Amino acid sequence: MNKIGKTKIPHTTPRYSATFSNDVNSDIRRAAATGIYDIRGGGAKRKLPTFDDLLFLGASISRYPLEGYREKCETSVTIGTRYAKNPIELDIPITIAGMSFGALSGPAKEALGRGASAAGTSTTTGDGGMTPEERGHSTKLVYQYLPSRYGMNPDDLRKADAIEIVVGQGAKPGGGGMLLGQKISDRVAEMRNLPTGIDQRSACRHPDWTGPDDLEIKILELREITGWKVPIYVKVAGARPYYDTTLAIKAGADAIVLDGMQGGTAATQDVFIEHVGQPTLAIVRPAVQALQDLGMHREVQLILSGGIRNGADVAKALALGADAVAIGSAALIALGDNDPIYEEEYNKLGTTAGAYDDWHEGMDPAGITTQDPELMKRFDPIEGGRRLRNYLKVMTLEAQTIARACGKNHLHNLEPEDLVALTIEAAAMAQVPLAGTDWYPGKPGTSY
Amino acid sequence: MLEFDLQENGLRKLNSALHDQKENSNQTVWKITNPKGSHAIAVGIDAPIEVNIEGSTGYYCGGMNKLANINVKGSVGPGVAENMMSGKVVIDGDASQYAGATGHGGLLVIKGNASSRCGISMKGINIVVHGNIGHMSAFMAQSGTLVVCGDAGDALGDSLYEAKLFVRGNVKSLGADCEKKEMRPEHLELLEQLLSEAECDAKPEEFTRYGSARKLYNFNIDNSDAY
Repeated sequence: MNKIGKTKIPHTTPRYSATFSNDVNSDIRRAAATGIYDIRGGGAKRKLPTFDDLLFLGASISRYPLEGYREKCETSVTIGTRYAKNPIELDIPITIAGMSFGALSGPAKEALGRGASAAGTSTTTGDGGMTPEERGHSTKLVYQYLPSRYGMNPDDLRKADAIEIVVGQGAKPGGGGMLLGQKISDRVAEMRNLPTGIDQRSACRHPDWTGPDDLEIKILELREITGWKVPIYVKVAGARPYYDTTLAIKAGADAIVLDGMQGGTAATQDVFIEHVGQPTLAIVRPAVQALQDLGMHREVQLILSGGIRNGADVAKALALGADAVAIGSAALIALGDNDPIYEEEYNKLGTTAGAYDDWHEGMDPAGITTQDPELMKRFDPIEGGRRLRNYLKVMTLEAQTIARACGKNHLHNLEPEDLVALTIEAAAMAQVPLAGTDWYPGKPGTSY
Repeated sequence: MLEFDLQENGLRKLNSALHDQKENSNQTVWKITNPKGSHAIAVGIDAPIEVNIEGSTGYYCGGMNKLANINVKGSVGPGVAENMMSGKVVIDGDASQYAGATGHGGLLVIKGNASSRCGISMKGINIVVHGNIGHMSAFMAQSGTLVVCGDAGDALGDSLYEAKLFVRGNVKSLGADCEKKEMRPEHLELLEQLLSEAECDAKPEEFTRYGSARKLYNFNIDNSDAY
């Protein structure tokens, strides 16, 4: 015991560094031990400005509300009205985002199709091709056209209800993918024309086009192959939303899918997920501005994704100008991903329910992000589909509740004027006033 | 023979007519005049027909072809026969970038030279180039065969998977994980067959085989310099 004279020197409380937090230190120790960067699934986990930083004002004397369960509040949306002979008509403006067979099990893909179809919306293939289960159980299926072209063939292309050309995704703008060998079952390998058990690298760039002028010709080719029947979406990460939206419209897209950094991935470097891209809240207004500047708002539809969780998020996305949203991570949670009923098994994997993100390892206790036949048996696609349908219905009811309170008879009638922001950051990103003021940073006519 | 003037009738009518080809029709030979470098000519065909294009084409000629024989009496732009499934596409002249990209099957013959990224990400297609090919050819090529009677540019077969590469002339450099391989009897047999189908008089014995060293098949930090 240190003493000065007879006086004991009291200990200060142990103080953790904000810079070298326990999380950071564990990352350093892991890197030092393995020599490999950390790969994980999911989207950005860091705290970001989100739709939670926005509030609806609701009705008042100047705006009157619609009666909760009596007066109609429409939810339908049509996607692909610009060029497609057969646009996609959805009952609700919430779609299921692209997730690959390979990253997800066959039954999980089936459940997504079942749930989406029962709720009157579309689901989307992923990097790995179209499976018969998925096509069979999805009344409206969007076929992703990805850089890897795994499983890509003209027969499936012609079976699709829409084509989504994937340029980027929010979790990794500018990045490709890697499906580790342990998830490459014989079936996954066969669909991708590769040997079983090897890592499957997905390219970050398309093999046969680069840049907006090429994209225009690529879209022409896909339209000629499919007889101009189905809509062609272009999916971009929320990196440069104003320019990317402008260029995609110029190239002839029917719809833009814009994915913020909270959007998930099956497997990417943690450093990529957390440090590249922009939050979903920040990307919607520039994209809508691009649509408006070209006179294409509501003519080319905007589908926003990345961390959409509930009806409030849906309503806010639509109020800021999106035509629809897409959910991925939230849909997986609805199916049973990260459910505390498997807590003991999550503990065995060194994690806890709610934090499990090693989807690339294929050991998912919930049997969703795996190709292990035993784990897959735990997941019932019929029950999963029912759960997803319920969740989609709840999100829709929530969005309608808010819209009615704002006096809107269609979700698309929500507008930025219905919103205020809780923080200056959110006010700047969403271009809606800071609560209690009529100001936001960058507002035209103000000097700051 | 059915004759179609592309400048007069337009692309949509052409592809639509080729897609609507009746299975039991005797009229299975098409002559397309005035292609004038147009894009997406004869894409997405799914019938055993013959299409003769009288001139040069733009991007993606014969894209996603199934079953058809397509002959181009000229040169082709980028992405000829991209993602081809089956059938045969023959180019009398040269081909621009990404010839045969991601093709799953069938035979692509280029009688002139091919540019960079020939056979990129190929997934089962066979490609025979009578002349030379450019840099980064057969990048991430998964399966199928690329035969080059002339020389290959830089970084041939970078990040190669299981595709087989045969080059008669010089290779400027090999890409990551691509190496020279032993030529076995089955390879000579395969070459003989492809060279004959491609109407090329080169001898199988004159070629060198290249393939994947398979060192990058599972991620290992000790190979990080190669990534």
